[in-house]
Amino acid sequence: MAEVSLQNVSKSYGKTAALTDIDLTVPDGSFVVLLGPTGAGKTTTLRLIAGLEKADAGNIQIDGRTVNTETPAQRDVAMVFQQYSLYPHLTVRDNLAFPLRSPILKTPEDEISRKVQEVAEVLHIPHKLNNKATELSGGEMQRVSIGRALVRDPAIYLMDEPLSSLDAKLRADLRVELKRIHAELASTLLYVTHDQIEAMTMASHVGVLDEGKLVQFGSPRDIYENPSTSYVAARLGQPRINLLPVGLLGEDAPSGAHQVGLRPENIRQGDGRDATVVRVEHLGDQTRLHLKLNDHDVITLTDPHSSLAPGETIRIAAQNPLFFDAEGVRIT
Amino acid sequence: MSSFSVTEPSNRSKWFAGTLVILYALVTMIPLAWIMLTGFKSPADAISYPPKVVFEPTLEGYVNLFTTRTRQTEEFLQNNPPENWADDIVRQYDMVIVGPSKFGERFMNSVIIGFGSTFLSVFLGTLAAYAFSRFKIPLADDLLFFILSTRMMPPIAVAIPIFLMYRNLGLSDTHLGMILLYTAVNISLAVWLLKGFIDEIPKEYEEAALIDGYTRFQAFYKVVLPQAATGIASTAIFCLIFAWNEYAFAVLLTSATAQTAPPFIPTIIGVGGLDWPAVAAGATIFLLPVMIFTILLRKHLLRGITFGAVRK
Ligand SMILES: Nc1ncnc2c1ncn2[C@@H]1O[C@H](COP(=O)(O)OP(=O)(O)O)[C@@H](O)[C@H]1O
Ligand SMILES: [Mg+2]
Repeated sequence: MAEVSLQNVSKSYGKTAALTDIDLTVPDGSFVVLLGPTGAGKTTTLRLIAGLEKADAGNIQIDGRTVNTETPAQRDVAMVFQQYSLYPHLTVRDNLAFPLRSPILKTPEDEISRKVQEVAEVLHIPHKLNNKATELSGGEMQRVSIGRALVRDPAIYLMDEPLSSLDAKLRADLRVELKRIHAELASTLLYVTHDQIEAMTMASHVGVLDEGKLVQFGSPRDIYENPSTSYVAARLGQPRINLLPVGLLGEDAPSGAHQVGLRPENIRQGDGRDATVVRVEHLGDQTRLHLKLNDHDVITLTDPHSSLAPGETIRIAAQNPLFFDAEGVRIT
Repeated sequence: MSSFSVTEPSNRSKWFAGTLVILYALVTMIPLAWIMLTGFKSPADAISYPPKVVFEPTLEGYVNLFTTRTRQTEEFLQNNPPENWADDIVRQYDMVIVGPSKFGERFMNSVIIGFGSTFLSVFLGTLAAYAFSRFKIPLADDLLFFILSTRMMPPIAVAIPIFLMYRNLGLSDTHLGMILLYTAVNISLAVWLLKGFIDEIPKEYEEAALIDGYTRFQAFYKVVLPQAATGIASTAIFCLIFAWNEYAFAVLLTSATAQTAPPFIPTIIGVGGLDWPAVAAGATIFLLPVMIFTILLRKHLLRGITFGAVRK
């Protein structure tokens, strides 16, 4: 494992700027999650670090070594692809052993079978080792591709939305597994996703990517509580933050403030302005209250045994509001 | 309960399609069956009218195909009893076997030239197709069009220049010359077919191998080739069929040394009257290699044809 850093890295495909001036440090032993919607440049970031693409500008360092001109093999990274990472003509066992048999590692066969068995057990697939890669379910395939990375001990693990094609239950299980494996291996991991829950639950650091720019980097807590822009604020949290015109709830706004951001849990009930209940959503683990305030939709949470009904009026007030200027940049 | 399905044809339409296929197969197999049967007929049965379906089989055609014979005097025949069953057969015409015919040699020429040019076409075609599919090649589209354009007229249209060129280069009537010629004709088909197959293989597989510590060539060899197997097999069959059956250039460019079976088989007719059974026997044996090759690669061929449909 090692520290990996990108310095002023830019990459375009023809006229499309995939990444603009990225500065990012993945600290040694950390679990960094890059969060961003489709097309934000997540895959491009990983491909640049792996050496599958050349940066147009900037430096990439692995373990203090500038790797700009190194081949993928020389960089000593392991990568889980978004799709198509298992070799369909090989068995699960041979897929897992493939990285170990490379001319660089040349692992002895007895060690290979030990490692393969070990990883297969961690991922709960030892009974599938002799199957063809094509005879697996989607979830099993994805676990094998994660396993293909885990058999190695690289400078950094790069994972490109490895859980996005799985069903909710399996995704939740594997999130916990990955977190545990990371802690056990004390490895450096860069994980990209568009799923905020993955970012919040697994990351030691979160980077928010938008249109090829790194908008904010910090701990999940920090990014949730202190988003630097309204975009970042809206990326994290469910239900989403309420972005309302300044003054709607009568809060004290600093000068230049254009929008106020209120997390659903930061809306106090009982005093303040009158709002009409539109809908009450019982989701089991939380109960959402959809309100209308001067023609603006507001979402907040409420007590699961709430007896509120549509049409009723309640009073709400702001707590810990976040203020953004006209460009969406945070003021306080 | 029966229900309509978009993907699964009904039993009746399957039955109908099956019958049509069988009928078509029977019709196309009649000439083939005729040739194979004629190989086992006596010369008289072979030309009898109406044609005989039931007859007494004999290996006369095959014996005549593989041997040269001379007529002998009664005295000679009586003093020298037949040495084996084949000798026995030719005795009825007062002949003895004096040696092998050229057929074995011509057949071997066909094997060397057919398989040699197939191997070379597929080998070069795979490398070129991979390069066209994966690398940024300047003017790639123009080059591909140029490669295809070599097939835009029948190859025989350039027979005269090739004849003169081969004579000057000393390639006339050589195995190498014929292998190169058939490769030149087949390579455009090979490049285009194989490029299609290789395009279908996601480049992520090789990239994964590169990251795992393999070189570009090792990634090609270990990851791309096995997945292109179906495409390579079907391309090989197409190349072999062309090279194996090619007649015009073989007549023009080969004679004593490198003559292949197709120009040789008709020459059998001239030796000792119209020997149809021998011609039919030659045609039958000539059919076998392509048939065996196709059957061996059949699994790949089927998957190759349905390639785009069954993946993903
Ligand atoms: N090979 C490519 N050729 C052209 N444009 C590309 C290529 N790869 C990515 N892009 C473009 O770069 C941008 C970032 O893509 P990507 O890194 O794949 O995003 P993400 O993984 O976050 O969805 C997108 O606008 C995408 O269309
Ligand atoms: Mg992506």
